[in-house]
Amino acid sequence: MAVITRGFGGRRRDDADLPPGQYRTDDFPVLSAGPTPRIGLDEWELAVVTETGERSTWSWAEFTALPADEPTVDIHCVTRWSKFGTSWRGVSVDTLLADVDTAAEYVVAHSYGGYTTNIPLEGLLDGQAWVAYEFDGAPLAPVHGGPARLLVPHLYFWKSAKWLRALELRLDDEPGFWETAGYHNDGDPWREQRYLED
Amino acid sequence: MARAAVPGGLTWQPATVAATRAETATARTLVLDVDGWTGHVPGQHVDVRLTAPDGYMAHRSYSISSAPGPDRLEVTVQAVIDGEVSPHLVEVAEPGDHLEIRGPLGGWFVRRPSDPRPALLIGGGSGVVPLMSMVRAATNPTRLLYSTRSPSDALFTADLATAQATGNTPVAVTHVYTRVAPHGWPAPPRRLDADILARVAWPRDADVVAFVCGPTGFVETVADLLVEIGHNPANIRTERFGPTGG
Repeated sequence: MAVITRGFGGRRRDDADLPPGQYRTDDFPVLSAGPTPRIGLDEWELAVVTETGERSTWSWAEFTALPADEPTVDIHCVTRWSKFGTSWRGVSVDTLLADVDTAAEYVVAHSYGGYTTNIPLEGLLDGQAWVAYEFDGAPLAPVHGGPARLLVPHLYFWKSAKWLRALELRLDDEPGFWETAGYHNDGDPWREQRYLED
Repeated sequence: MARAAVPGGLTWQPATVAATRAETATARTLVLDVDGWTGHVPGQHVDVRLTAPDGYMAHRSYSISSAPGPDRLEVTVQAVIDGEVSPHLVEVAEPGDHLEIRGPLGGWFVRRPSDPRPALLIGGGSGVVPLMSMVRAATNPTRLLYSTRSPSDALFTADLATAQATGNTPVAVTHVYTRVAPHGWPAPPRRLDADILARVAWPRDADVVAFVCGPTGFVETVADLLVEIGHNPANIRTERFGPTGG
């Protein structure tokens, strides 16, 4: 039975694009667990590591010379804000994995600073995910995950690991930082998978 | 980074507003009665759900400001200009009103009673709310550094003075005012800087956990300063209150 809150009317907006329990914001709020790591571009490196330990790496110059996309996507944070029509520039995960030989079904994204998050590999392929390094036409600020972050807009935004350092391909699923701190393993905003028990 | 599981309790539960307390002109504490509530870990939050008569629902997350206890909790809400839920909670809600909550939630920005380390709590504006729960529940050495624009923007002023004077474990409270200081205050208004931090913080080699909460710019600045003065980034936990239209 519904619990009606006296005097509450709410504010209706055209929200067909809004997942359940979210509200729309035009700001770009920040959520992270600790201090913002600062990584110089000369020491920055991105790695893809397969389940057999094979590493592919890119320096900043190599990475930014790869073919890039400019996706415009809606993003949804588990803290209930959604931001529509965000513009990015980044390299598709398909591009990064094009020459990688793997039987993996899962990925753990590793960040500078120690953050991790896990995602099924198929959730990153076919144009669903990027390693982004520009936001709104400017270099991605450290507070938003620069030099480069994962961008997986179809999942809650904690899956879009900031300060990305490596994508580890795995045969088994290994829950990441928030996934072992009470948050949902899958994080699909349209199924409202916020917390462990959702 | 350390990991910690969070206990469940994720069904929506009815809550009744038992009392309200104005904290500032734009912030209010709501005392909520929740049957079967078993308490929380200081630092955790709850999801709040309001339902309009036609079934429309809005959800937001709010930090718990009370010490853990059964059947009752307190959330403290800062009204956000043009917000949908926070103005209702700050300006409209009255004792006897019904709403729903679920939680407690959050397994990282928490100070567990079993953690013996001293805690340095640093809050900016309404970012002090989850820290207030830690202050009220403190059983180990605790220092709070609280930055607000002016005394009239500060939450929990009287309760912080009491906690400082009478807690089982004394809590040292330092206020910083960035725009307007109280009459007779020994220092002019100033932003929180490395000097103040170094004065309030324990020595850099102490095993201390820091909790920093506030607007993004504040948290960024403070976390960077803590790293600069020698704190281990792994022992700095942050939570940020962005302007999120809530």
